[in-house]
Amino acid sequence: MPRMIAAADERVGGTRVAVIEVKDLTRTFRSSKGLFRRKAREVEAVRGIDFSVERGELFGLLGPNGAGKTTTIKMLITLLLPTTGRASVLGYDVVAQPREVRRRVGYVFGGDRGLYDRLSGLDNLRYFAELYAVPPREQRTRIHELLELVGLTGREKERVEGYSRGMRQRLHIARGLLHRPEVLFLDEPSIGIDPVGARELRATVKALVEHGTTVLLTTHYMFEADELCDRIAVIAGGEIVSSGTPDDLKQRVSSGPVVEVEVYGVLGGVVDRVQALVGVRSVVVEERGQAQVLLVHVEPGAEVTQSVMSCLEDARVGRVVTREPTLEDAYIELVGTP
Amino acid sequence: MLRLVLVTWWLQLKIRSRSAFDGLLGLLWPLFFATTVFLMYRASGAEGSALLSAAVGASVMGIWSATSTTASFTLQQERRQGTLELLVAAPTPFPLLIFPVTLSMATVGAYSMVATLLWGRFVFGIEIAVANPVAFVLSTLVTVVGIGMLGFLLAISTVRYRSAWAIGAALEIPVWLICGFLIPLDLLPAWVRPIAWLLAPTWGMSAIRDAAEGRGVLVDLLACLALAIAYGLLGMLVSRYMLNSARRRATLALS
Repeated sequence: MPRMIAAADERVGGTRVAVIEVKDLTRTFRSSKGLFRRKAREVEAVRGIDFSVERGELFGLLGPNGAGKTTTIKMLITLLLPTTGRASVLGYDVVAQPREVRRRVGYVFGGDRGLYDRLSGLDNLRYFAELYAVPPREQRTRIHELLELVGLTGREKERVEGYSRGMRQRLHIARGLLHRPEVLFLDEPSIGIDPVGARELRATVKALVEHGTTVLLTTHYMFEADELCDRIAVIAGGEIVSSGTPDDLKQRVSSGPVVEVEVYGVLGGVVDRVQALVGVRSVVVEERGQAQVLLVHVEPGAEVTQSVMSCLEDARVGRVVTREPTLEDAYIELVGTP
Repeated sequence: MLRLVLVTWWLQLKIRSRSAFDGLLGLLWPLFFATTVFLMYRASGAEGSALLSAAVGASVMGIWSATSTTASFTLQQERRQGTLELLVAAPTPFPLLIFPVTLSMATVGAYSMVATLLWGRFVFGIEIAVANPVAFVLSTLVTVVGIGMLGFLLAISTVRYRSAWAIGAALEIPVWLICGFLIPLDLLPAWVRPIAWLLAPTWGMSAIRDAAEGRGVLVDLLACLALAIAYGLLGMLVSRYMLNSARRRATLALS
């Protein structure tokens, strides 16, 4: 019987012990090119990250593409070996005790892949129920429960190749929950789902957390993270640049308001001039259809709208709005690019 | 464990049976082998037991081809559709998931045995006179298992390589030759024979021929079974190293 690092679901000395614990975790990918003179290349995808997730918590990892979110999840579910550092899930070390970890976690990823297209939804679930050692007597009931939960009842006998993206995603979720995992890893689960489907997905995730499942979620959608996550870590360039509750992040990064100026054709140098204004913390430009939107993050108490307008010179200006910062503003400022 | 093997085997057969293209190719492929072999033998003036031997050899070629080329290709397909990671992330030992996959391919290949013999009988007029039908069927079953286990070892040994499918394709024809599917082992250079003895299809092929011609099959069957078990054990040992290597090199996914 392998020794557990700690009793993950208990309090030790009055302190709650983490269900997921990550300490100084790094992952470097090495590749080489060329037939005779092979050139080696190294990419540091994750650079010494630390975080922990408590039982029953919904923890979000936010970051741009290539930030290291999926690599982190893959190390935690034992699909990748860390280069250095240490991680444990439910007290089991992800390197030394992979099978113990695999028994207790579920993994759902976004997109079209990860299913047997030529089989029906029902056959997919039957197969994964076998793989995850769901007792044969329970399989039928469990599969029907999950089909009901994800709204695929009545469509389960159709081949997956005929499913819409939303249906596939819902089937992914059912698959990930077959063995009642204590910890669920959701890697961009709402990618490609329509708004109604995404709302249903958020409701499902909330219900799982209410029933005690610990969830680690990665997403690009700020409102999703804001609505669902108890705590968030923002990851960029393989490092955690900030973490806390969604409200903490909003407060910590942009304690002042945001001025949004719709402009048709931002001229060169405008961003630098606005950035140089007294009271401006940062400026980013977002493309919105024909227009660009200058997002000017302002120091608390500063009034910069008139100065910003004067920097725009002859540019055609549309709507100008001043509003309180959102999680997305915080994220953009932390990550550094719109 | 038996249930897992049976369910996986059945679902893999289901996957394979649902593509019209794969199905058609699977139906036609053994007939091309058989036609080529029968024409070659007929052109060289062979008749009687020599033609029966050719028919049996061609049929086992089909079983091997179905297994070798698809065993490593299937892993590539699993990798491409994103299911390889899910198989590895499951708590069930990986070899237990791969064995029924390769066994299902060998089962599909077993069809080629029937198709080749019928093709030989009705198109080329070869008299299929099997002296010991029970031993013949038993030998065929054991050969299917032996070839399935060799495919299993091949698949497990190449799981960490993204281009593993090429290895299966490269081994297809050498095994036809080395295992004596078409020509007697005695015609091969002496140094090749020890390699042939380490390959289960050599013994399976010999057992099927002996059964067809009424000779004893026990030694060949036992050798084929022993090698199949050895491949299984070796595959279990190798899988741990190969999976760790794939986790280190991040080759379970395409990107």
